[in-house]
Amino acid sequence: MLVGVAFAIIWMKDLLSISMLSGIYGLLSASFFVAMDAVDVAFTEASVGAGVSTLLMLVAITMTGRSEHPVRHKPLLALAVVFVTGSLLVYGTWDMPYFGSAEAPIHQHVAPRYINDSMQEIGVPNIVTSVLASYRAFDTFGEVVVIFTAGIGVLALLSVVRRQEDIEKIDSFNNSMHEQHLVLRIVAKMLIPFIMLFAFYVQFHGDFGPGGGFQAGVIFAAAIFLYTMLFGMSTAYRVINQSFMQILAASGVLLYGSVGVISLLNGKEFFDYSVLSSNPVTGQHWGIFLVELGVGLTVASVMVIIFFNFAGRSENSPPPVSKDS
Amino acid sequence: MLIAALIAIFVVMIMAITRAILGPTLYDRILAVNMFGTKTVLLISILGFIMGRPEFLDIAIVYALINFISVIGVLRYSDNLIFKDSEQQKK
Amino acid sequence: METILEFSSSIFLLIGSFLCISGGVGILRFPDFYTRMHAVGVTETLATAMILIGLILHNPDFLVDIKLMIILLMTIFISPTASHALAKAAQHNKLMPKLDTDIKADNKKVTSSNP
Repeated sequence: MLVGVAFAIIWMKDLLSISMLSGIYGLLSASFFVAMDAVDVAFTEASVGAGVSTLLMLVAITMTGRSEHPVRHKPLLALAVVFVTGSLLVYGTWDMPYFGSAEAPIHQHVAPRYINDSMQEIGVPNIVTSVLASYRAFDTFGEVVVIFTAGIGVLALLSVVRRQEDIEKIDSFNNSMHEQHLVLRIVAKMLIPFIMLFAFYVQFHGDFGPGGGFQAGVIFAAAIFLYTMLFGMSTAYRVINQSFMQILAASGVLLYGSVGVISLLNGKEFFDYSVLSSNPVTGQHWGIFLVELGVGLTVASVMVIIFFNFAGRSENSPPPVSKDS
Repeated sequence: MLIAALIAIFVVMIMAITRAILGPTLYDRILAVNMFGTKTVLLISILGFIMGRPEFLDIAIVYALINFISVIGVLRYSDNLIFKDSEQQKK
Repeated sequence: METILEFSSSIFLLIGSFLCISGGVGILRFPDFYTRMHAVGVTETLATAMILIGLILHNPDFLVDIKLMIILLMTIFISPTASHALAKAAQHNKLMPKLDTDIKADNKKVTSSNP
Protein backbone atom coordinates (compact mmCIF):
# COMPACT_ATOMS: atom_id res chain seq x y z
CA MET A 1 0.00 0.00 0.00
CA LEU A 2 2.84 2.38 0.80
CA VAL A 3 4.38 1.78 -2.60
CA GLY A 4 1.08 2.30 -4.35
CA VAL A 5 0.49 5.63 -2.66
CA ALA A 6 4.05 6.71 -3.44
CA PHE A 7 3.56 5.99 -7.15
CA ALA A 8 0.31 7.89 -7.13
CA ILE A 9 2.10 10.87 -5.58
CA ILE A 10 4.67 10.86 -8.36
CA TRP A 11 2.09 10.42 -11.05
CA MET A 12 -0.19 13.25 -10.08
CA LYS A 13 0.24 16.84 -11.20
CA ASP A 14 -2.19 18.61 -8.96
CA LEU A 15 -0.21 19.70 -5.93
CA LEU A 16 -3.22 19.85 -3.64
CA SER A 17 -4.07 16.24 -4.29
CA ILE A 18 -0.44 15.37 -3.76
CA SER A 19 -0.46 16.96 -0.35
CA MET A 20 -3.61 15.01 0.50
CA LEU A 21 -2.00 11.79 -0.58
CA SER A 22 1.11 12.51 1.41
CA GLY A 23 -1.15 12.86 4.44
CA ILE A 24 -2.41 9.35 3.72
CA TYR A 25 1.19 8.24 3.30
CA GLY A 26 2.02 9.55 6.76
CA LEU A 27 -0.95 7.80 8.32
CA LEU A 28 -0.06 4.55 6.60
CA SER A 29 3.56 4.56 7.62
CA ALA A 30 2.54 5.36 11.17
CA SER A 31 0.27 2.34 11.29
CA PHE A 32 3.17 0.37 9.90
CA PHE A 33 5.33 1.56 12.79
CA VAL A 34 2.60 0.60 15.22
CA ALA A 35 2.49 -2.88 13.73
CA MET A 36 6.26 -3.06 14.20
CA ASP A 37 5.83 -2.11 17.87
CA ALA A 38 7.77 1.14 17.59
CA VAL A 39 5.43 3.28 19.63
CA ASP A 40 7.46 6.46 19.90
CA VAL A 41 8.28 6.59 16.23
CA ALA A 42 4.64 6.07 15.38
CA PHE A 43 3.76 8.91 17.72
CA THR A 44 6.16 11.25 15.99
CA GLU A 45 5.04 10.19 12.55
CA ALA A 46 1.43 10.68 13.54
CA SER A 47 1.88 14.20 14.77
CA VAL A 48 4.53 15.43 12.35
CA GLY A 49 4.11 13.43 9.16
CA ALA A 50 0.39 13.15 8.94
CA GLY A 51 -0.69 16.45 10.41
CA VAL A 52 1.69 19.32 10.53
CA SER A 53 3.74 18.68 7.43
CA THR A 54 0.59 18.37 5.31
CA LEU A 55 -0.59 21.68 6.68
CA LEU A 56 2.71 23.43 6.09
CA MET A 57 2.84 22.09 2.54
CA LEU A 58 -0.64 23.40 1.92
CA VAL A 59 0.24 26.83 3.17
CA ALA A 60 3.32 26.81 0.99
CA ILE A 61 1.18 25.84 -2.01
CA THR A 62 -1.13 28.76 -1.34
CA MET A 63 1.86 30.99 -1.82
CA THR A 64 3.14 29.45 -5.02
CA GLY A 65 0.23 28.15 -7.03
CA ARG A 66 -1.56 24.94 -7.57
CA SER A 67 -0.16 22.98 -10.47
CA GLU A 68 3.29 21.65 -11.15
CA HIS A 69 5.30 23.13 -13.99
CA PRO A 70 5.52 20.81 -16.96
CA VAL A 71 8.93 19.19 -17.22
CA ARG A 72 10.65 19.81 -20.54
CA HIS A 73 13.90 17.87 -20.35
CA LYS A 74 13.97 14.14 -19.82
CA PRO A 75 15.37 13.48 -16.33
CA LEU A 76 17.38 10.46 -17.44
CA LEU A 77 20.50 11.34 -15.48
CA ALA A 78 18.52 11.73 -12.28
CA LEU A 79 16.80 8.42 -12.91
CA ALA A 80 20.17 6.74 -13.36
CA VAL A 81 21.52 8.23 -10.13
CA VAL A 82 18.45 7.16 -8.20
CA PHE A 83 18.63 3.69 -9.68
CA VAL A 84 22.31 3.27 -8.80
CA THR A 85 21.78 4.53 -5.25
CA GLY A 86 18.78 2.30 -4.79
CA SER A 87 20.59 -0.77 -6.01
CA LEU A 88 23.54 0.03 -3.74
CA LEU A 89 21.16 0.25 -0.80
CA VAL A 90 19.52 -3.02 -1.73
CA TYR A 91 22.97 -4.55 -2.07
CA GLY A 92 23.75 -3.25 1.41
CA THR A 93 20.70 -4.93 2.87
CA TRP A 94 21.92 -8.34 1.65
CA ASP A 95 24.61 -8.27 4.28
CA MET A 96 22.15 -7.51 7.02
CA PRO A 97 21.08 -10.31 9.33
CA TYR A 98 17.55 -11.60 9.12
CA PHE A 99 14.87 -9.47 10.68
CA GLY A 100 14.59 -10.28 14.37
CA SER A 101 17.66 -12.49 14.49
CA ALA A 102 19.43 -12.47 17.82
CA GLU A 103 22.92 -12.38 16.32
CA ALA A 104 22.37 -9.02 14.65
CA PRO A 105 25.12 -6.58 15.57
CA ILE A 106 22.60 -4.09 16.93
CA HIS A 107 21.65 -6.59 19.63
CA GLN A 108 25.27 -7.22 20.60
CA HIS A 109 26.69 -3.76 20.98
CA VAL A 110 24.82 -1.26 23.14
CA ALA A 111 21.24 -2.45 23.04
CA PRO A 112 21.58 -5.01 25.86
CA ARG A 113 23.09 -2.39 28.10
CA TYR A 114 20.29 0.06 27.38
CA ILE A 115 17.65 -2.57 27.95
CA ASN A 116 19.14 -4.14 31.05
CA ASP A 117 20.71 -1.23 32.88
CA SER A 118 18.57 1.77 32.02
CA MET A 119 16.12 0.96 34.79
CA GLN A 120 18.83 1.18 37.47
CA GLU A 121 20.83 3.99 35.91
CA ILE A 122 18.05 6.28 34.79
CA GLY A 123 14.96 5.02 36.55
CA VAL A 124 12.63 5.85 33.68
CA PRO A 125 10.30 3.11 32.47
CA ASN A 126 10.27 4.16 28.83
CA ILE A 127 13.61 3.08 27.40
CA VAL A 128 13.23 5.22 24.29
CA THR A 129 13.03 8.35 26.41
CA SER A 130 16.06 7.42 28.45
CA VAL A 131 18.12 6.64 25.35
CA LEU A 132 17.01 9.78 23.60
CA ALA A 133 17.40 12.21 26.45
CA SER A 134 20.21 10.74 28.48
CA TYR A 135 22.47 8.29 26.68
CA ARG A 136 22.20 10.13 23.38
CA ALA A 137 21.62 13.59 24.74
CA PHE A 138 24.21 15.14 22.50
CA ASP A 139 22.52 13.87 19.31
CA THR A 140 19.18 15.15 20.50
CA PHE A 141 20.74 18.50 21.24
CA GLY A 142 21.90 18.57 17.64
CA GLU A 143 18.36 17.89 16.45
CA VAL A 144 16.97 20.71 18.54
CA VAL A 145 19.57 23.09 17.15
CA VAL A 146 18.63 22.01 13.62
CA ILE A 147 14.98 22.81 14.29
CA PHE A 148 15.94 26.16 15.76
CA THR A 149 18.05 26.94 12.70
CA ALA A 150 15.14 26.08 10.45
CA GLY A 151 12.99 28.53 12.35
CA ILE A 152 15.60 31.24 11.99
CA GLY A 153 15.91 30.53 8.28
CA VAL A 154 12.20 30.86 7.71
CA LEU A 155 12.17 34.07 9.69
CA ALA A 156 15.01 35.52 7.66
CA LEU A 157 13.45 34.60 4.33
CA LEU A 158 9.78 35.22 4.84
CA SER A 159 9.31 37.58 7.72
CA VAL A 160 6.63 40.11 6.93
CA VAL A 161 6.06 43.62 8.10
CA ARG A 162 2.41 44.43 7.91
CA ARG A 163 1.00 47.89 7.53
CA GLN A 164 -2.01 49.21 9.39
CA GLU A 165 -4.47 49.38 6.48
CA ASP A 166 -3.55 45.84 5.56
CA ILE A 167 -4.55 44.67 8.97
CA GLU A 168 -7.88 46.43 8.72
CA LYS A 169 -8.60 45.00 5.29
CA ILE A 170 -7.72 41.50 6.45
CA ASP A 171 -9.81 42.03 9.55
CA SER A 172 -12.90 42.84 7.57
CA PHE A 173 -12.25 39.93 5.26
CA ASN A 174 -11.87 37.62 8.22
CA ASN A 175 -15.04 38.84 9.83
CA SER A 176 -17.02 38.20 6.68
CA MET A 177 -15.54 34.74 6.48
CA HIS A 178 -16.10 33.78 10.05
CA GLU A 179 -19.82 33.94 9.77
CA GLN A 180 -19.56 30.88 7.58
CA HIS A 181 -17.56 28.90 10.09
CA LEU A 182 -19.88 29.17 13.04
CA VAL A 183 -20.21 25.47 13.81
CA LEU A 184 -16.52 24.91 13.33
CA ARG A 185 -15.63 27.72 15.66
CA ILE A 186 -17.81 26.42 18.45
CA VAL A 187 -16.46 22.90 18.18
CA ALA A 188 -12.90 24.22 17.96
CA LYS A 189 -13.46 26.30 21.09
CA MET A 190 -14.37 23.11 22.89
CA LEU A 191 -11.48 21.14 21.48
CA ILE A 192 -8.54 23.53 21.74
CA PRO A 193 -8.18 23.44 25.55
CA PHE A 194 -8.39 19.69 25.38
CA ILE A 195 -5.67 19.50 22.73
CA MET A 196 -3.38 21.70 24.80
CA LEU A 197 -4.02 19.63 27.90
CA PHE A 198 -3.23 16.52 25.95
CA ALA A 199 0.00 18.09 24.74
CA PHE A 200 1.04 18.66 28.33
CA TYR A 201 0.11 15.09 29.16
CA VAL A 202 2.33 13.87 26.35
CA GLN A 203 5.12 16.17 27.48
CA PHE A 204 5.22 15.09 31.09
CA HIS A 205 4.11 11.52 30.66
CA GLY A 206 6.94 10.84 28.23
CA ASP A 207 8.97 9.13 30.95
CA PHE A 208 6.36 6.43 31.40
CA GLY A 209 4.64 5.99 28.07
CA PRO A 210 5.21 7.02 24.49
CA GLY A 211 5.74 10.70 24.00
CA GLY A 212 8.14 13.45 24.85
CA GLY A 213 9.19 16.91 23.93
CA PHE A 214 9.08 16.64 20.15
CA GLN A 215 5.60 15.19 19.97
CA ALA A 216 4.19 17.46 22.64
CA GLY A 217 5.60 20.52 20.91
CA VAL A 218 4.01 19.57 17.64
CA ILE A 219 0.63 18.85 19.22
CA PHE A 220 0.70 22.16 21.06
CA ALA A 221 1.58 23.95 17.85
CA ALA A 222 -1.27 22.14 16.10
CA ALA A 223 -3.73 23.56 18.61
CA ILE A 224 -2.47 27.04 17.82
CA PHE A 225 -2.74 26.31 14.08
CA LEU A 226 -6.36 25.35 14.54
CA TYR A 227 -7.05 28.59 16.36
CA THR A 228 -5.27 30.61 13.70
CA MET A 229 -7.09 28.95 10.85
CA LEU A 230 -10.52 29.49 12.28
CA PHE A 231 -10.16 32.87 13.93
CA GLY A 232 -7.85 34.58 11.49
CA MET A 233 -4.27 35.74 11.54
CA SER A 234 -4.80 39.08 13.18
CA THR A 235 -6.69 37.58 16.11
CA ALA A 236 -3.95 35.09 16.57
CA TYR A 237 -1.37 37.85 16.49
CA ARG A 238 -3.19 39.50 19.32
CA VAL A 239 -3.15 36.31 21.36
CA ILE A 240 0.40 35.21 20.64
CA ASN A 241 3.07 37.80 20.43
CA GLN A 242 5.56 36.85 17.78
CA SER A 243 8.66 38.21 19.41
CA PHE A 244 7.66 36.32 22.52
CA MET A 245 7.59 33.15 20.43
CA GLN A 246 11.08 33.90 19.16
CA ILE A 247 12.36 34.38 22.69
CA LEU A 248 10.67 31.13 23.68
CA ALA A 249 12.35 29.22 20.87
CA ALA A 250 15.74 30.52 21.85
CA SER A 251 15.18 29.87 25.53
CA GLY A 252 14.28 26.25 24.81
CA VAL A 253 17.65 25.65 23.18
CA LEU A 254 19.31 27.62 25.97
CA LEU A 255 17.65 25.49 28.64
CA TYR A 256 18.81 22.31 26.98
CA GLY A 257 22.34 23.56 26.53
CA SER A 258 22.63 24.98 30.03
CA VAL A 259 21.70 21.64 31.57
CA GLY A 260 24.74 20.25 29.80
CA VAL A 261 26.91 23.15 30.87
CA ILE A 262 25.89 22.77 34.52
CA SER A 263 27.05 19.19 34.55
CA LEU A 264 30.24 20.32 32.81
CA LEU A 265 30.86 22.95 35.49
CA ASN A 266 30.41 20.38 38.21
CA GLY A 267 33.25 18.35 36.86
CA LYS A 268 31.33 15.66 35.02
CA GLU A 269 30.88 15.02 31.33
CA PHE A 270 28.60 17.08 29.13
CA PHE A 271 25.00 15.99 29.74
CA ASP A 272 25.82 13.81 32.72
CA TYR A 273 22.71 14.56 34.71
CA SER A 274 23.70 12.82 37.91
CA VAL A 275 25.12 16.06 39.32
CA LEU A 276 21.73 17.75 39.39
CA SER A 277 20.77 16.05 42.61
CA SER A 278 22.47 14.21 45.44
CA ASN A 279 20.95 10.95 44.27
CA PRO A 280 22.13 10.10 40.75
CA VAL A 281 18.84 8.55 39.68
CA THR A 282 16.85 11.58 40.81
CA GLY A 283 19.39 13.71 39.00
CA GLN A 284 18.72 11.77 35.83
CA HIS A 285 15.01 12.36 36.31
CA TRP A 286 15.52 16.08 36.64
CA GLY A 287 17.85 16.17 33.67
CA ILE A 288 15.43 14.34 31.40
CA PHE A 289 12.57 16.51 32.58
CA LEU A 290 14.42 19.75 31.88
CA VAL A 291 15.77 18.58 28.57
CA GLU A 292 12.36 17.45 27.37
CA LEU A 293 10.92 20.77 28.45
CA GLY A 294 13.54 22.57 26.39
CA VAL A 295 12.81 20.40 23.37
CA GLY A 296 9.07 20.94 23.71
CA LEU A 297 9.42 24.72 23.98
CA THR A 298 11.66 24.98 20.97
CA VAL A 299 9.63 22.69 18.74
CA ALA A 300 6.31 24.32 19.55
CA SER A 301 7.50 27.86 19.10
CA VAL A 302 9.47 27.16 15.94
CA MET A 303 6.46 25.44 14.39
CA VAL A 304 4.27 28.38 15.26
CA ILE A 305 6.81 30.82 13.85
CA ILE A 306 7.05 28.92 10.57
CA PHE A 307 3.32 28.64 10.25
CA PHE A 308 2.71 32.29 11.04
CA ASN A 309 5.22 33.44 8.50
CA PHE A 310 3.89 31.21 5.75
CA ALA A 311 0.27 31.98 6.45
CA GLY A 312 0.95 35.67 6.94
CA ARG A 313 2.59 35.77 3.54
CA SER A 314 -0.29 34.12 1.77
CA GLU A 315 -2.86 36.26 3.51
CA ASN A 316 -1.04 39.45 2.76
CA SER A 317 -1.81 38.97 -0.90
CA PRO A 318 -5.06 40.77 -1.68
CA PRO A 319 -7.90 38.80 -0.15
CA PRO A 320 -10.74 37.55 -2.32
CA VAL A 321 -13.36 40.25 -2.52
CA SER A 322 -16.48 38.63 -3.91
CA LYS A 323 -17.56 36.51 -1.00
CA ASP A 324 -21.25 35.96 -1.39
CA SER A 325 -23.55 34.59 1.30
CA MET B 1 -13.55 -11.23 16.80
CA LEU B 2 -10.90 -8.55 17.09
CA ILE B 3 -9.14 -10.06 14.09
CA ALA B 4 -12.34 -9.95 12.04
CA ALA B 5 -12.83 -6.28 12.84
CA LEU B 6 -9.19 -5.64 11.97
CA ILE B 7 -9.58 -7.25 8.56
CA ALA B 8 -12.78 -5.32 7.88
CA ILE B 9 -11.09 -2.03 8.71
CA PHE B 10 -8.15 -2.94 6.52
CA VAL B 11 -10.44 -3.59 3.56
CA VAL B 12 -12.17 -0.26 4.11
CA MET B 13 -8.81 1.50 4.24
CA ILE B 14 -7.93 0.09 0.83
CA MET B 15 -11.27 1.31 -0.50
CA ALA B 16 -10.60 4.79 0.87
CA ILE B 17 -7.18 4.89 -0.77
CA THR B 18 -8.71 3.89 -4.08
CA ARG B 19 -11.16 6.74 -3.83
CA ALA B 20 -8.41 9.15 -2.85
CA ILE B 21 -6.39 8.23 -5.91
CA LEU B 22 -9.31 8.14 -8.33
CA GLY B 23 -11.37 10.95 -6.82
CA PRO B 24 -12.41 13.34 -9.57
CA THR B 25 -12.76 16.42 -7.37
CA LEU B 26 -10.64 17.73 -4.55
CA TYR B 27 -13.44 17.22 -2.05
CA ASP B 28 -13.65 13.52 -2.80
CA ARG B 29 -10.02 13.26 -1.84
CA ILE B 30 -10.49 15.21 1.37
CA LEU B 31 -13.41 12.99 2.24
CA ALA B 32 -11.34 9.88 1.61
CA VAL B 33 -8.47 11.19 3.72
CA ASN B 34 -10.82 12.00 6.55
CA MET B 35 -12.33 8.56 6.43
CA PHE B 36 -8.90 7.00 6.24
CA GLY B 37 -7.85 8.87 9.35
CA THR B 38 -10.83 7.67 11.35
CA LYS B 39 -10.19 4.12 10.26
CA THR B 40 -6.55 4.47 11.29
CA VAL B 41 -7.66 5.46 14.77
CA LEU B 42 -9.76 2.31 14.98
CA LEU B 43 -7.02 0.17 13.49
CA ILE B 44 -4.47 1.37 16.01
CA SER B 45 -6.73 0.84 19.00
CA ILE B 46 -7.63 -2.67 17.87
CA LEU B 47 -3.97 -3.46 17.13
CA GLY B 48 -3.10 -2.32 20.64
CA PHE B 49 -5.59 -4.78 22.07
CA ILE B 50 -4.39 -7.63 19.91
CA MET B 51 -0.79 -7.04 20.86
CA GLY B 52 -1.69 -6.46 24.48
CA ARG B 53 -0.18 -2.99 24.72
CA PRO B 54 -2.87 -0.44 25.44
CA GLU B 55 -0.44 2.51 25.39
CA PHE B 56 -1.28 2.65 21.72
CA LEU B 57 -4.43 4.49 22.68
CA ASP B 58 -2.40 7.66 23.20
CA ILE B 59 -1.44 7.50 19.56
CA ALA B 60 -5.05 6.96 18.60
CA ILE B 61 -6.05 10.13 20.45
CA VAL B 62 -3.35 12.10 18.65
CA TYR B 63 -4.59 10.76 15.34
CA ALA B 64 -8.16 11.75 15.96
CA LEU B 65 -7.07 15.30 16.81
CA ILE B 66 -4.52 15.70 14.04
CA ASN B 67 -6.91 14.34 11.47
CA PHE B 68 -9.50 16.93 12.36
CA ILE B 69 -6.97 19.73 12.29
CA SER B 70 -5.60 18.77 8.91
CA VAL B 71 -9.04 18.47 7.34
CA ILE B 72 -9.99 21.90 8.61
CA GLY B 73 -6.69 23.28 7.35
CA VAL B 74 -7.19 21.85 3.89
CA LEU B 75 -10.67 23.28 3.64
CA ARG B 76 -9.58 26.66 4.90
CA TYR B 77 -6.73 27.03 2.44
CA SER B 78 -8.40 25.38 -0.52
CA ASP B 79 -10.94 28.19 -0.49
CA ASN B 80 -8.25 30.77 -1.08
CA LEU B 81 -6.49 28.61 -3.61
CA ILE B 82 -9.38 27.83 -5.86
CA PHE B 83 -10.25 31.51 -5.98
CA LYS B 84 -6.70 32.39 -6.93
CA ASP B 85 -6.65 29.78 -9.66
CA SER B 86 -9.84 30.96 -11.27
CA GLU B 87 -8.52 34.51 -11.17
CA GLN B 88 -5.37 33.45 -12.97
CA GLN B 89 -7.37 31.71 -15.64
CA LYS B 90 -9.41 34.82 -16.28
CA LYS B 91 -6.28 36.78 -17.08
CA MET C 1 -21.06 -12.41 33.54
CA GLU C 2 -17.86 -12.70 31.58
CA THR C 3 -19.46 -14.62 28.78
CA ILE C 4 -22.18 -12.00 28.52
CA LEU C 5 -19.59 -9.24 28.27
CA GLU C 6 -17.60 -11.16 25.71
CA PHE C 7 -20.66 -11.94 23.67
CA SER C 8 -21.95 -8.36 23.65
CA SER C 9 -18.52 -7.01 22.78
CA SER C 10 -18.40 -9.39 19.82
CA ILE C 11 -21.83 -8.25 18.69
CA PHE C 12 -20.81 -4.60 18.86
CA LEU C 13 -17.59 -5.26 16.98
CA LEU C 14 -19.45 -7.15 14.28
CA ILE C 15 -22.02 -4.39 13.80
CA GLY C 16 -19.21 -1.85 13.65
CA SER C 17 -17.30 -3.81 11.05
CA PHE C 18 -20.40 -4.24 8.94
CA LEU C 19 -21.08 -0.49 9.06
CA CYS C 20 -17.45 0.23 8.15
CA ILE C 21 -17.62 -1.98 5.11
CA SER C 22 -20.93 -0.54 3.98
CA GLY C 23 -19.38 2.93 4.21
CA GLY C 24 -16.42 1.73 2.19
CA VAL C 25 -18.66 0.31 -0.52
CA GLY C 26 -20.54 3.57 -0.48
CA ILE C 27 -17.46 5.70 -1.04
CA LEU C 28 -16.45 3.54 -3.98
CA ARG C 29 -19.75 2.98 -5.72
CA PHE C 30 -21.79 6.15 -5.37
CA PRO C 31 -21.86 8.48 -8.34
CA ASP C 32 -21.09 11.95 -6.98
CA PHE C 33 -19.54 13.77 -4.07
CA TYR C 34 -22.62 14.44 -1.98
CA THR C 35 -23.91 10.90 -2.02
CA ARG C 36 -20.45 9.62 -1.14
CA MET C 37 -20.31 12.04 1.73
CA HIS C 38 -23.67 10.84 2.88
CA ALA C 39 -22.48 7.25 2.87
CA VAL C 40 -19.30 8.00 4.75
CA GLY C 41 -20.52 10.63 7.16
CA VAL C 42 -23.50 8.65 8.32
CA THR C 43 -21.83 5.29 8.76
CA GLU C 44 -18.54 6.58 10.09
CA THR C 45 -19.73 7.97 13.39
CA LEU C 46 -21.87 4.98 14.27
CA ALA C 47 -19.27 2.45 13.16
CA THR C 48 -16.54 4.09 15.21
CA ALA C 49 -18.81 4.29 18.23
CA MET C 50 -19.79 0.64 17.88
CA ILE C 51 -16.24 -0.62 17.59
CA LEU C 52 -15.06 1.50 20.50
CA ILE C 53 -17.94 0.31 22.69
CA GLY C 54 -17.03 -3.22 21.74
CA LEU C 55 -13.47 -2.59 22.85
CA ILE C 56 -14.62 -0.99 26.11
CA LEU C 57 -16.70 -4.06 26.90
CA HIS C 58 -13.82 -6.26 25.89
CA ASN C 59 -11.30 -5.10 28.48
CA PRO C 60 -11.54 -4.70 32.24
CA ASP C 61 -8.83 -2.07 32.83
CA PHE C 62 -10.28 1.19 34.10
CA LEU C 63 -7.68 3.63 32.74
CA VAL C 64 -7.84 2.12 29.28
CA ASP C 65 -11.61 2.40 29.37
CA ILE C 66 -11.31 6.08 30.16
CA LYS C 67 -8.98 6.62 27.23
CA LEU C 68 -11.31 4.76 24.90
CA MET C 69 -14.18 6.92 26.13
CA ILE C 70 -12.16 10.04 25.38
CA ILE C 71 -11.61 8.80 21.84
CA LEU C 72 -15.30 7.99 21.56
CA LEU C 73 -16.32 11.43 22.75
CA MET C 74 -13.92 13.11 20.36
CA THR C 75 -15.12 11.06 17.43
CA ILE C 76 -18.70 11.98 18.20
CA PHE C 77 -17.74 15.65 18.15
CA ILE C 78 -15.24 15.66 15.35
CA SER C 79 -16.63 13.49 12.64
CA PRO C 80 -19.97 15.26 12.09
CA THR C 81 -18.20 18.60 12.29
CA ALA C 82 -15.71 17.59 9.64
CA SER C 83 -18.53 16.36 7.40
CA HIS C 84 -20.38 19.60 7.90
CA ALA C 85 -17.33 21.67 7.06
CA LEU C 86 -16.64 19.61 3.96
CA ALA C 87 -20.17 19.88 2.65
CA LYS C 88 -20.24 23.58 3.31
CA ALA C 89 -16.96 24.19 1.55
CA ALA C 90 -18.03 22.11 -1.42
CA GLN C 91 -21.28 23.99 -1.70
CA HIS C 92 -19.54 27.29 -1.28
CA ASN C 93 -17.28 26.52 -4.22
CA LYS C 94 -20.28 25.67 -6.37
CA LEU C 95 -19.87 21.96 -6.66
CA MET C 96 -23.34 20.93 -7.78
CA PRO C 97 -24.87 17.59 -6.96
CA LYS C 98 -25.28 15.33 -9.94
CA LEU C 99 -28.87 15.23 -11.05
CA ASP C 100 -30.72 12.43 -12.75
CA THR C 101 -30.68 14.18 -16.12
CA ASP C 102 -26.94 14.83 -15.86
CA ILE C 103 -26.18 11.19 -15.34
CA LYS C 104 -28.09 10.26 -18.47
CA ALA C 105 -26.52 13.07 -20.46
CA ASP C 106 -22.87 12.56 -19.62
CA ASN C 107 -22.01 9.13 -18.48
CA LYS C 108 -18.38 9.58 -19.40
CA LYS C 109 -17.72 13.21 -18.66
CA VAL C 110 -16.77 13.85 -15.07
CA THR C 111 -18.25 17.04 -13.70
CA SER C 112 -15.81 19.00 -11.66
CA SER C 113 -16.60 22.57 -10.92
CA ASN C 114 -13.20 23.70 -9.73
CA PRO C 115 -10.89 24.29 -12.69
